[in-house]
Amino acid sequence: MNERQANTLVVTLVTLVNLLIAFLISGIVIWILGEDPWFALKTMLYGAFGYDEGLGYTLYYTTNFIFTGLAFAVGFHCGLFNIGAEGQAYIGGLGVGLICLWLDNWPLWLVFPLAILASIIFGGIWGAIPGYLKAKRGSHEVVTTIMFNFIASVIMVNLLSHVLRPPKNMSPESREFGEGVWIPQMHEIFDWFGLEITRTPLNGTFIFALLSLFLVWRFIWYTRWGYELRTVGTNDTAAVYAGISVSKNIIIAMVIGGGLAGFVGINEIMGSSHRLMLNFQAGIGFTGIAVSLIGRNHPLGILLAALLFGILYQGGAELSFEVQAIDRHMVVLIQGLVILFAGALENLFRPQIEQFVKRLSSLDS
Amino acid sequence: MWTDLLLILDATLRISVPFVFAAMGGIFAERSGVIDFGLEGKMLGGAFVAATVAYWTQSAWWGLLGSICIGIIFSMIHGYASITKRGNQVVSCVAINIFAMGLTVVLANAWFGMGGKTPQLPKEARFMPIKLPYAEELREIPILGDIYYELISGHSILVYIAFLVVPITAWVVFKSSFGLRLRATGENPLAVDTTGISVNKIRYQALLFNGILGGMSGAYLSTAHLAFFVKDMSAGKGYIALAAMIVGKWRPYPAMFACLLFSFLFAIKDKPEVFDLLKGIFPVKILNSFLDMSPYILTVIFLAGFVGKAVAPKAIGQPFSKEK
Repeated sequence: MNERQANTLVVTLVTLVNLLIAFLISGIVIWILGEDPWFALKTMLYGAFGYDEGLGYTLYYTTNFIFTGLAFAVGFHCGLFNIGAEGQAYIGGLGVGLICLWLDNWPLWLVFPLAILASIIFGGIWGAIPGYLKAKRGSHEVVTTIMFNFIASVIMVNLLSHVLRPPKNMSPESREFGEGVWIPQMHEIFDWFGLEITRTPLNGTFIFALLSLFLVWRFIWYTRWGYELRTVGTNDTAAVYAGISVSKNIIIAMVIGGGLAGFVGINEIMGSSHRLMLNFQAGIGFTGIAVSLIGRNHPLGILLAALLFGILYQGGAELSFEVQAIDRHMVVLIQGLVILFAGALENLFRPQIEQFVKRLSSLDS
Repeated sequence: MWTDLLLILDATLRISVPFVFAAMGGIFAERSGVIDFGLEGKMLGGAFVAATVAYWTQSAWWGLLGSICIGIIFSMIHGYASITKRGNQVVSCVAINIFAMGLTVVLANAWFGMGGKTPQLPKEARFMPIKLPYAEELREIPILGDIYYELISGHSILVYIAFLVVPITAWVVFKSSFGLRLRATGENPLAVDTTGISVNKIRYQALLFNGILGGMSGAYLSTAHLAFFVKDMSAGKGYIALAAMIVGKWRPYPAMFACLLFSFLFAIKDKPEVFDLLKGIFPVKILNSFLDMSPYILTVIFLAGFVGKAVAPKAIGQPFSKEK
């Protein structure tokens, strides 16, 4: 076992052990509530995988988490804490919604790239402003992005209840887009090939999410821009000496992060609800933090972690439906524990695990 | 007009209490060099525990004690992760906020089964308004009597405690020897360490105060302002307190005034008469958004240094290690 393999093993074990602790504590909470944790686990897994409708929902949630996980990861590689995926997704979704409302008699193959562009521009701007303030004025990006989440929410509430709401409509949401610009759902796509699956909100955006994972991976590790970005994140003084502009990279990272978060709008607005509505992004942005931390900010890890949270969300919905005493918010609780143990307390058992791997590799040689 | 103004100021005071408690708690933590974005979680946890304990014991004071306990538990988890284990402080705060959001609803639903709400508290189990002595009699005096009756008298005990906490915080942070160590720890921990004082101990002590005040801010919401806990009760108030602390440049009195300013803007929005008056001057949609957004925008502006620079304690967010 060489050093690189040993490192990967340590990181993987640390993550798994931390996840295990988080799940154990969640199990204890369920047990304290007087329910059977084992039964809860089985219900969740069945809800997430057991039948194809559940699986569809799981992958539908996964799509969202891939986008916000990547949004956090890109910032992280540049040494930033982008807590603002929530607001960036919201405003990015606004961009998608406006395009769809405006051009919904155009064909999908024209509207889709425009919608992607709109979500990148809108979400990107929402990331760029905190990025600019961090780069040029030294404002802490965490505080600014939190504030921008709230500003986004106020803007959306006012736009949806005063400007975009059709006069006859009571609830604060826009009118439905024309069917022409709906992204085909998975069951329709499968239908083209003569395969039949159950109807779920899972749509073509999932494929786009997988593509985004690949593109971000290429960008971060195989392009000059990615290299500059990582250099700034690792050591910004060294970056300056190497002639790399720190402020430019900070702004770029925030724009890319914002744009990626904005893709949540593609999945939610264009792919599922087919109208702009309040809080379609609720919690997805924050989950992205957990996803990226567990995935060690690597696209492959993010895919697995996003799947894990997709399972938790769909399984959690099933669980709260089956067991009255357990609320849907159990998932939020588990998420908090996961962020605590896999993020803040990641070094809890690290020394022991490193010891263990060292002994293992000495046995090996 | 005069009574309207008094009523708005009165509402301002009521709204500002959780901000004041939490902002003072935030000052303790951040002055010692520990980031605290977790005020939101402490407030939410405090609100839930206060309402629950007050309902079980039928005593608001036990509820308050409970909220203080949960505040301390949360701040000690944060301390263990960020001081002892030297983990990332922002991540730890995010974890606590999300954990609190989940835990409160899960427990509320499991114990009371009311969709994340706790049962209504009877009068005895919550903090009721107190009529200060001679409020009725002095009301006859023009202006001052009104101010005394409407503005100063008739709040719950927690309101008075909140505004007592401000001078106490100011004294502790700027006049006591503990405060000197606290501020030094936040600015230059290495220097503190060379004098033989434990940096980590100071930070834990700071977090103790932080937890107490964070929990109390929640107790006010569920046992004084309202008489029950509801899902997501803090609704971003912890972040507004954080904003007020930054706008107040990590100083107790300016932070308190920032809390009052933000609360004043919220109070205007809740008051239809004044709102109608302003509506004549500004378009209603813009006015509405502006009032809602102003705390956040002000914070961004202050943090960027466009109007007076808010500079955080130097060593904030850095775990202390002697080997460095």
